[in-house]
Amino acid sequence: MNKYALLLTLLFGATALLAQPKTGSMLIKNGTVLTITKGTLENTDVLVEKGKITRVGKSIPAPAGVEIVDATGMYVMPGIIDAHSHIALDAINEATSPVTAEVWVGDALDPFDVSIYRALAGGCTSSHAMHGSANAIGGECETIKHRWGTKNPEDLRMANAPRTIKFALGENPMRVHGEGSGIIPASRMGVEFVIRKAFTEGKNYMEAWNKYNEEKKTNPNAVPPQYDRRLQTMADILKGDIIIHCHSYRADEIYMLMNVCRDFGVTKLCFQHVNEGFKVAPELADFGAGASVFADWWGYKFEVYYSTAYNAAILMRNGVVTSINSDSGDYIRHLYHQAGKTQRYGGLTDDEALALITINPAIQLGIDQQVGSIEVGKDADIVIFKNHPLSVYGVPQKTIVDGVVYFDINEDPDDIRIDINPEESFPAFFLEEQHGHSHDRCMQGAWEFLFERYQNFFEQQKN
Amino acid sequence: MKYSLSIICIIAISALSLSLPAQIVGKAERGTFALTNATIETVTNGTVQGTVIIQNGKITALGNNVTIPAGAKTIDCAGKFIYPGLIDGGTRVGLSEVSSVSLTQDFAEIGELTPQMQALTAVNPNATAIPVTRVEGVTTALTMPANGLFPGTAALINLVGYTPDQMYAGFKGVVLNFPSVRRRRFGDNRTEEELKKEEEKQLKQLNEIWEQAQLYVNIAKSGTQPDYNPEMEALAPVVRGEMALLVEANRYNEIESAIKWIQEKKVPKAVLTGVAEGWRVADKIAKANIPVITGPVIAVPTRASDRYDKAYANPGLMQKAGVKVALRTNSAENARNLPFNAGFAVAYGMDKAAALRAITITPAEIFGVADRLGSIEVGKDATLFVCTGDPLETSTQVVHLIIDGWEVPLESRHIQLYQEFLDRQPGLKK
Repeated sequence: MNKYALLLTLLFGATALLAQPKTGSMLIKNGTVLTITKGTLENTDVLVEKGKITRVGKSIPAPAGVEIVDATGMYVMPGIIDAHSHIALDAINEATSPVTAEVWVGDALDPFDVSIYRALAGGCTSSHAMHGSANAIGGECETIKHRWGTKNPEDLRMANAPRTIKFALGENPMRVHGEGSGIIPASRMGVEFVIRKAFTEGKNYMEAWNKYNEEKKTNPNAVPPQYDRRLQTMADILKGDIIIHCHSYRADEIYMLMNVCRDFGVTKLCFQHVNEGFKVAPELADFGAGASVFADWWGYKFEVYYSTAYNAAILMRNGVVTSINSDSGDYIRHLYHQAGKTQRYGGLTDDEALALITINPAIQLGIDQQVGSIEVGKDADIVIFKNHPLSVYGVPQKTIVDGVVYFDINEDPDDIRIDINPEESFPAFFLEEQHGHSHDRCMQGAWEFLFERYQNFFEQQKN
Repeated sequence: MKYSLSIICIIAISALSLSLPAQIVGKAERGTFALTNATIETVTNGTVQGTVIIQNGKITALGNNVTIPAGAKTIDCAGKFIYPGLIDGGTRVGLSEVSSVSLTQDFAEIGELTPQMQALTAVNPNATAIPVTRVEGVTTALTMPANGLFPGTAALINLVGYTPDQMYAGFKGVVLNFPSVRRRRFGDNRTEEELKKEEEKQLKQLNEIWEQAQLYVNIAKSGTQPDYNPEMEALAPVVRGEMALLVEANRYNEIESAIKWIQEKKVPKAVLTGVAEGWRVADKIAKANIPVITGPVIAVPTRASDRYDKAYANPGLMQKAGVKVALRTNSAENARNLPFNAGFAVAYGMDKAAALRAITITPAEIFGVADRLGSIEVGKDATLFVCTGDPLETSTQVVHLIIDGWEVPLESRHIQLYQEFLDRQPGLKK
């Protein structure tokens, strides 16, 4: 038995070693370094060794064998982080119940999604691959690094990133479950109830296990409670092991979830979209909740009708840790431009605007010790820009993850796909719906679910 | 003590109420304006330092040797720039209030053949998106019907006015969604063969409609009054060359078929719109000499195998091949992003001057309104804005806005919410 255990350990150990993502070394010379946390450094070098930033300073000599990247006249900034995306996923919504805390998008990572490369070409090195917004409590999410080129989904995972889970308030869970299935929630009252109930059941489950673990110490015949993945995940949220990222729009529902979390002692909370976050900015700051917003999307549904493009600026000025996200395979490619819009709408400084797409999303995802700024000891996730990244003329030149160049504008092939279907010489034309918020990838899967439901309904009517 | 407090309150309240109208609702003003000390980007005649005079809704003088008329309101533009109002070549501005609420959507009708549907009729002059759009310098937009083969008649509107007629900017065009065999997003299980057949069927249908329209025109020309036929009545001006046909085509083979069709049918005034894969057939478009309204530029490539920047580069690639290119956002609520679409086109290869023209004089020319819009010239409509820098640049601020001679206050719901909530009262504690 022990022999087998040893063998298994060795086997898994070896696999873990093999799964270590590639790292690289380089010396980025003479750029304008936008560190984010330590100001802007002119004519400065950044030394990268084995995937980590090891030195930032002037005239750093290149260690033997280390490639030099000339960044003269260029801007060097930390890799952009997207706190809300659905790229690199095969499945997004498990839209079959208002609570599906038992599922995890990490089981459905897709390294072949060309959106990963396109995100790199926009300077984005990490993203939060999220479950969709069909359910009040959706599934767990996965924080990934854009290590394009691998065929192994494991390579995408960001080591040491905390667990996160998707919640969703308002129209989406109401439409899918209330309107679609005739079950609670059909209103924002129902959404609150569904979440309170799930927290309470998770709490009872946790207490039952605590009781059993105590009893086991004295009674070898103690009977354990039945394992339940959904309730276990709820218990893990209550224990503070999982950060909640909650799809939300209206101020009232945002306020509601803060109250619910307070009642259950949950503190790790970040709101997503948060179009009306500006209305409860003091409350968000007081709670310590994060806000991850769009730069200017509004009007695509009723709950975003009373929005303002000044949302990010108001939240920042009120002391809320704020980020700008994409929720889109398009916008993930120009988050630097989206951040730039906060200078038009609210006059944020360069450092404030850049923080929205670097250190702030890193804080919201709990990965700010690893990424989000150019600092010694952090991962060498770096993007080099021609022209300032907040300028409309900014163009990413090289995007680096763990010290490895994954995008280089001068070596950008015509066809980047790695899963070419030999029977399809020319891939299908696909024009993204270009009106309003077409990018509702948040609801991907849920629409199909509803569509099939109605199709069945119509067929039943025919019979 | 109590007394004096309430007296102070009364005075304060009356002072407040006296100043209320001006503070809460800004009204557009027409008059004589002198915009002085500006850097004037005329678009058509280079950059000029000096003054722009506006009288009776027109630009009446321009440059260094300008006498300011008596009674003119002087706006000092020192360190600022004047640009002609930006023109979005394709939107749904005014036709859509909340995208997911179908009863607020007025851009689509029932049926394949509805060219008589007038976008101008359905424009809501009080749509929330209108001020949101114009305060960023986008003063004029083509607003378009959608869906079906001939969804209706698009109209060019200025983004100020209380009735559609006050907003109308002098151009209408019939929209044709050129037959396309694209699969829908989901639930579309048609085979390639079925799609091909469907396309042929649609093309046949289009040809029949066109022949009917020609026949309708010929009957009318012969002096006979044809039976009431609103669809043909709407297509007749296109056949006669009095109105433009806006041909939406995006896939490269659709674009090629559309060019062929336009040439075969000798469509007198045709414009290609969408043109997402124009870069693949740019030479052919240039050779056919058909102007293009393309966008959004900030979009993903149309095929997984395409380079990541193809949508950004598309306008520049067409422009360099000799195509006359205007830009559009194709948006209802975020047409304010038009200058950024032009900016991305520049970042990925388009000439900067061409990009600026693509959102000013070029669409004005395509729409036949270049005598009034699209540049800063004496005699043209006073539709312009004053800004702090390059209008394509993200951080630039628009500081004055004049549309059709009306000085429009820089107010919108987005700005009002900012003003109310930046420093909310009461704050955290009541």
